[in-house]
Parts: sequence; C-alpha cells; structure tokens
Amino acid sequence: MQPASQTGDITLNIQSVAKSFGGVRAVIDASTSVRKGEVFSVIGPNGAGKTTLLNMISGFYHPDGGTITFEGRDITNTPPADRAQMGIARTFQNIALFRGLTVLDNLMLGRHVRMKAGVISSFIYWGMAQREEIRHRERVEEIIDFLKLTDLRKTPAGALAYGLQKRVELGRALALDPTLLLLDEPMAGMNQEEKEDMVRYVLDVNLEWGNTIVLIEHDMGVVMDISDRVAVLDHGAKISEGTPDEVRADPHVIEAYLGSSH
Amino acid sequence: MAEPNTIPGYLLRNESDAAFSSHPAMRNKDLGIWQTYSWADYTENTRRFALGLAALGFTRGDKLSVIGNNRPRLYWAQLAAMCLGGQSVPVYQDAIATELAFVFEHSETTVIVAEDQEQVDKVLSIKDQLPALKWLIYCDRRGMVGYDDDIVKSFVEVQELGDEFKTKSPNYFEDEVAKVTGDDIALMAYTSGTTGQPKGVMLSHDNLVKTTRIYLDHEDVRQGDDFLSYLPMAWVGDGLYGLCVSLMVGSACNCPESPQTLMQDLRDLGPTGIIAPPRVWEGMLSTLLLKGSDASPLKRKVFSYFQDLADRIENLKFEGKPVSGGLTLMHRIGEFLVYGPIRDQLGLRRARWCYTGGAPLGPDVFRFFRGFGINLKQVYGSTELSGLATLQPNGEANPDTVGPPCKGVDIRIEGDNSEILVRCAGVFSGYFKQDDKTAEAIDSDGWFHTGDAGLINENGHLVVIDRAKDVGKLSDGTPFAPQFIELKLKFSPYINEAVAFGDGHPFVASMIAIDFDNVGKWAERLALPYTNYMDLAQKDEVRKLIADEIRKINLRLPEVSRIKRFLLLTKDLDADDNEITRTRKLRRGVIAEKYAPVIEAIYGGRQDVQLALDVTFEDGSKSQVDSHMTIDEAA
Repeated sequence: MQPASQTGDITLNIQSVAKSFGGVRAVIDASTSVRKGEVFSVIGPNGAGKTTLLNMISGFYHPDGGTITFEGRDITNTPPADRAQMGIARTFQNIALFRGLTVLDNLMLGRHVRMKAGVISSFIYWGMAQREEIRHRERVEEIIDFLKLTDLRKTPAGALAYGLQKRVELGRALALDPTLLLLDEPMAGMNQEEKEDMVRYVLDVNLEWGNTIVLIEHDMGVVMDISDRVAVLDHGAKISEGTPDEVRADPHVIEAYLGSSH
Repeated sequence: MAEPNTIPGYLLRNESDAAFSSHPAMRNKDLGIWQTYSWADYTENTRRFALGLAALGFTRGDKLSVIGNNRPRLYWAQLAAMCLGGQSVPVYQDAIATELAFVFEHSETTVIVAEDQEQVDKVLSIKDQLPALKWLIYCDRRGMVGYDDDIVKSFVEVQELGDEFKTKSPNYFEDEVAKVTGDDIALMAYTSGTTGQPKGVMLSHDNLVKTTRIYLDHEDVRQGDDFLSYLPMAWVGDGLYGLCVSLMVGSACNCPESPQTLMQDLRDLGPTGIIAPPRVWEGMLSTLLLKGSDASPLKRKVFSYFQDLADRIENLKFEGKPVSGGLTLMHRIGEFLVYGPIRDQLGLRRARWCYTGGAPLGPDVFRFFRGFGINLKQVYGSTELSGLATLQPNGEANPDTVGPPCKGVDIRIEGDNSEILVRCAGVFSGYFKQDDKTAEAIDSDGWFHTGDAGLINENGHLVVIDRAKDVGKLSDGTPFAPQFIELKLKFSPYINEAVAFGDGHPFVASMIAIDFDNVGKWAERLALPYTNYMDLAQKDEVRKLIADEIRKINLRLPEVSRIKRFLLLTKDLDADDNEITRTRKLRRGVIAEKYAPVIEAIYGGRQDVQLALDVTFEDGSKSQVDSHMTIDEAA
C-alpha cells in the first residue's frame, strides 16, 4: 500500500563534478539531479566514488571542478556548517555518534545548528535558553517517538547494538530538520530484520515528513525496492540513471556488475 | 444526586460534579511527558467520539472492538460505545490475525478502533472474513498516509464528524446515555480458554458496577489515586480495576509510553496501586536478583543479609509467632538501607496495595515482596465473575490462599473433584451465541462452575489447588498437581516456563523453557558464545546450570514429586503457537499433543529426541524448525 510519491522540482543539481585524491580520480565527471521529495539512490561497485560524491554534496570535500546547486543556490564552495543550516543533513557509513552521550543528548546535539541562544544567555539559562531548549526537546521527542527509541532515551549511544546505533544516527540527522537527507549505507552490516526496520523508517521519513533522500547503498534488493530513481556510478563516472526497472535492464549496469563476458 | 447505576452514568456525573470535573482522570505518557486529562476533557473526548460514531451509524446493541496498547483514545472509544447503548469488545493486541478473525466475526463487531498502522494492517488482512465490519478507525496517524480503503477513518476525523452531528442533534448523547440500563451488556470479553475456541463473556453494566462496589467495600481506593493501566485491555481486570474503579472513585488511570518503557514509567509514576500477573512479579524479582549479582561484594552481603532477615520475619509472622525486639530493630535498619530503596527502584514506594492474580504465584516470590514491605495480596476471580470473587484483606495475606470470599459473594465446593462454585452479582450474563455453554457454566440456582479445584481452609480462606481437570495421579497412585511443581521451577531466574508431566507415569518429568535474557547474561559472564535461543538452550553448560537449579528445587519438593528427568526446549512457549493463552496459562492439551514424541522419549529412557516444531509468526505465517533436544537426569 504505497502511494505514488509526490516528487516535484529539482532541488539538488550536480553538474560535471570531479574529485581526485593524488593520482586517484575518485569521481571523474558526474552530473545528476535530485527532485524534491524523492528517494534517489546512488549505487555502484566498491570504489566507484559513491561516498566521495556524497561528501561533495555535504561539503565534506570540495570538488576539483563542476558545480553543485541546492534549491537554486550555488553551494559548490559553501562550508559544511552553512549547508547544514540550509537543510542538508547526512549520516555516516561508519557510525559517528558520541558514544558516551545518551541517545537523547546525541539527538539534541543534532539540533545544534538550529539553536540561537548565545554563550551568555545559555549560561544564565532561564528565559530564552530555557524556552529554546524546551522547543528543541519537543522536536527531538517527536523523532524519538517516530523512530521508536522511547526506551533508550537515557542509554549511552555506545552501549547500543549496531542496528540501533544506525537508527540513532538517522535520528541525529533528522534532528537537523533537513530538507535533503544524505544516507551513506544506512543498512550496511545489518541483519535482515534490522534492514527491514531501517527500510521502514527511511520510507516513513520520506512519506510522512517529505524529506528528499539521497541514499547510497550496497544492497541491490533494498535499493530497487524503495528508490524512485537510481544512478549508477562505475570508476568515478555515471554509467546509468533512471527508474529501478530501467537501470536493472541497462546493459552498461549489467556489465559493470557482472563483467562483460555475461 | 442519586448514585448512578451504569458506567456512562458515572461518566456524566464526573463531568458535572465539581468534586471531580477538574481532577485528573487519565494520563498518557507521550513525547516523554505525562499528559493529563481531567474528567471534563475525558468526558468531552468520549462524547465527541460517540457522536461521531452515531454519525457513522453506530446504534444501540452494536459492537465496537478496540485493539492496541493501553491508550486514552481506546478507553474513550470503549466508553463511547457503552454511552450509545453498544458493547465494547476489547481484544488482545498481540493476537495473530486468525485469532482476531474468529473474535471479530463471532462477536459481529461493526467498528474496530485500532491503535496504529500495525493493528490496521492486521485488520485489513482479514477484512474479507468480516461481513459485519463497517468502520476501521485508527488513533496514531503515523504511517497512515495513503491508506485509501473506504472503511478507514482517523479518530480525529470521527470526532469532527461528532462535532458536526452535535450541531444538528445537540442532546443526542445525553438522551442515549439515559436509555442505558443496568441490564444492557457493556463489555464482551473473550476468554482465552485453555481448551477450544474463545468464548464471548457478556458482562452487563450491573455486573461491572456492582462488582466494582463490592471491590470498593474491601479496598481503600481514593480519589487522587494513581493506577498504572498496562495490562491488556482485553483482560477483564483492566475493565474492572482500571476503567470502572477510576470512573466510580475518581482515581486516575495512567497509560505507559510503550511496553518497552513500562518499568521506567512505573518508577516515575509511582502508582498507589498495581495489579500484575505472577509473571510480572517473577520477572521483577529475577531482574532484581540479577542486577544484585552485578553489585559490589559489600552491597551483595548487605542485600542478602537483609533478604534473609525479611524472610525470617515473614515466616515468623506467617506462623503467628512473635517477632523479637532485636529482629524488629534490624528490620528498621533494613528499611533504611535496603527495603525502602528497593521499593523505590521498583516504583512501588507509594503503592498501598499490590495484587497478583490470574494464576498462582510461587510462595517464595510472594514472601520476598512482602518481606520487602510491599503489600502484595492475592485476588481470585475470572472473566465470568467480572474479575473478582475473593481478595485477601490487609494483614491476612498468605501465599497459599486467595483470601476469603468478598461480601456479597457466595462460594461453595462441590463434587468429587472439589470444584469451586461461585454466586454473586458479578456472575456474567451468558456466553454470546453459546446458550448450551452458558447452561453448562451457570446452573439453575445461579452458581457459576469455575472449573477450578479448591477448598475452604480453617480461616475461611479459599485455596485454589489447580484446574480441576489437571489434577492427576502418578502410576503408583500418588496425587500429582502439575502447577505446584511448575511454580517451584519458575522461581529460578533462569527458567521462564515449565511444564510438568506425571499423570499416569511412574515419575515426574519436566520440559523447561529457559529465560533467554537471564541465561544469556549468565553465558556472557562466562564468556560463553551463543547465537540464538536454540543454541543457548542446548549448550552443555546451560543444561548443567538448569540441572543444578532443579536439584536445588527438588530438595524443597516432597520426595515423590521430585523431577527425575528434564529437557530444555529449543524455543519458548508462545501464545502465537497456541501453546499458552494470551494470559500465559499452559494449554496442556495442545502441549501434550505437540510434544508427544518428547514425552515418549523421556519416559522411554532415551537420551535425546528430534522434533520438528511449527513456529507461527505474528502475521500468521508458519515455518518449521527442526530441533534436537538432549534429555538430562536431575535425580
């Protein structure tokens, strides 16, 4: 029972970006665009440049060439923190939570860029900072409820099972109230049940809250099931793009994945 | 104002009477905060929903089912149905689709109110089997975008329909409430039944209101009290001790955030009264003892010293002997060092009364809690008795009895198998569409035949021995009551469920389901790797652990009742597999059939057994798991 996704105008446009590390050309010349409200997946064999591409969108890396525009603004040279402010959030392939902080605190920290209270008013706390904290806490509690983390609020993130940490990581990204959510292999290393849970959450986020999602994922089954559109990278270049069915039938993709002799 | 005699009557009283209207009626933990509803909010929500139901065509005699965890909206839905002269048919939230289909179809439910998407999906999957079903209403909108089935509506939409309806018929609600009489059926609770299909027990407003009055004569429940509503809404006790008591006294029902946060919610609420099946008490104790074993040596010493002390004092009290001044003094110190803090940890510091019921609780567990200053008492009742027949008065708590009959409840013991017969205002109005079964259960003089075997002891307390039909004999003629042995076994923190065999056999044997959490932690401490339940249960070390536990337990059993052989099951007993009821009573018939090869192997002297087990998942799908189980000697 899945409604037709309501996808709209182009929100993220990537034009001929390239990135090299020393002699390694991770991304050679990739162009693609993501529409508002869709689940857009980037797949490709190991070392195809998927994470590098994601890192350029989030601002972690600067492209050597090309441009990236987000909601009509050129963000090619915008620092990561400003992009976060604009509504781009990401999760990491290797979990990047504060292991000693509770789930709740990790999520509150995710709202950091949305907090306005300065050093002095935070120090005084009562008044503005308190009102603000209450407001942010409310949003964080909604996320906790949404991701079914209610029983783990006060548990240190480091003490959680791997699958749950991944879910908290998603929560932390959501706490930023992003319009564009970048997910770097959210299901990597999970067992089947954890994967199904995660897929459910990703889809729910997309359907209920309307976040645009760019997903990097290894598990082809998952990608083909939940994506509106898929782009395939191989050796740093985009070799195919389209709906899951189109991509699956594309001879270039079959070749990249299975080798040319098939 | 005259005392109302129907449940909706109390609802309207609480709204109009200033002594109630602004006081808390219900709390729900949502977004991490306890949200409070006053009686005025509570009634208004019920009224708006009821009018919405009326707009959707719900009328007198119609049935409404609720399915989900305890939520204010589900309670309001139940009440709304009763206000319109309809009946509430609560069902177990964890029931699988086929069980639900039977109940919804049999009860001719026209409206189902579901908590969330998961429950909605379950109902939609069986929609074709439910010709009477007209509306499916959901409470939590999460994940519900894009459900375009014609019968699906949201709770809020229905309330809005109610607002519209009210502008046209402003007095409809009050008029309908005035039409409700004491004889109208208010609640239809399906008994899980350890044999056969569930039966719909019809309880009238009279049954429930009068039983609640009897209860309130025996227990001091006050306005402002807090009750934790966490037991399944389908269980009659939730209707009686939660909903009815709260309406009649003006105390508050509190809904926990989720089943996973129950223990935390219990602690931060600190209810004034709680009712829990033996399983919950056993679980609390296991967790406590296990946490204790992780504490520092000094703390462990102090804890075990005061645990022994409490036990000794309880035994003295139990035997009616005086407690010496020295012991009393030490007990005071213990109150400060151990008992008080433990009660606080459990969330029972404010609790004036705690009940166990539904199944017998092991005497050791019972004494443990009482020793720690928790007023744990036994209560006995059944769905057919509106949930109450006997209750232990303060100061007469005793693990072996279930207390004297309440005022207005007549009990007698009849027949060869000492069956307990009860006559009271709570005796149900009949099984729905099963007059033959009703005639079997209630005789012409109005006595309800409980099916339990029991006796009345010298103090006038009722003692329940076992289900009348379960009491058997070993092949040498020694009487054998399986439940007695199973209870002893379940006192071990490592044992979750146990089934004892012996009827017609030369000795007692047992199948045991380990407690996965506790045995798992034990294995982790020993750095013993395991993958899943099946693997853990068949480890040599675990089998030895349980064998040692059984040897200890055997010492406290009469020689003839000692367990000679046992095996560890490779999966827990599960209501989805039909092995236990939703209230966790063993279905002995099903188990005997399913595990027949196991029983044969045990008594045939074999060392192991191979068995293909059906496993049912919550969506009703099945799969087969091959398991190999080793049989061990315990004595």
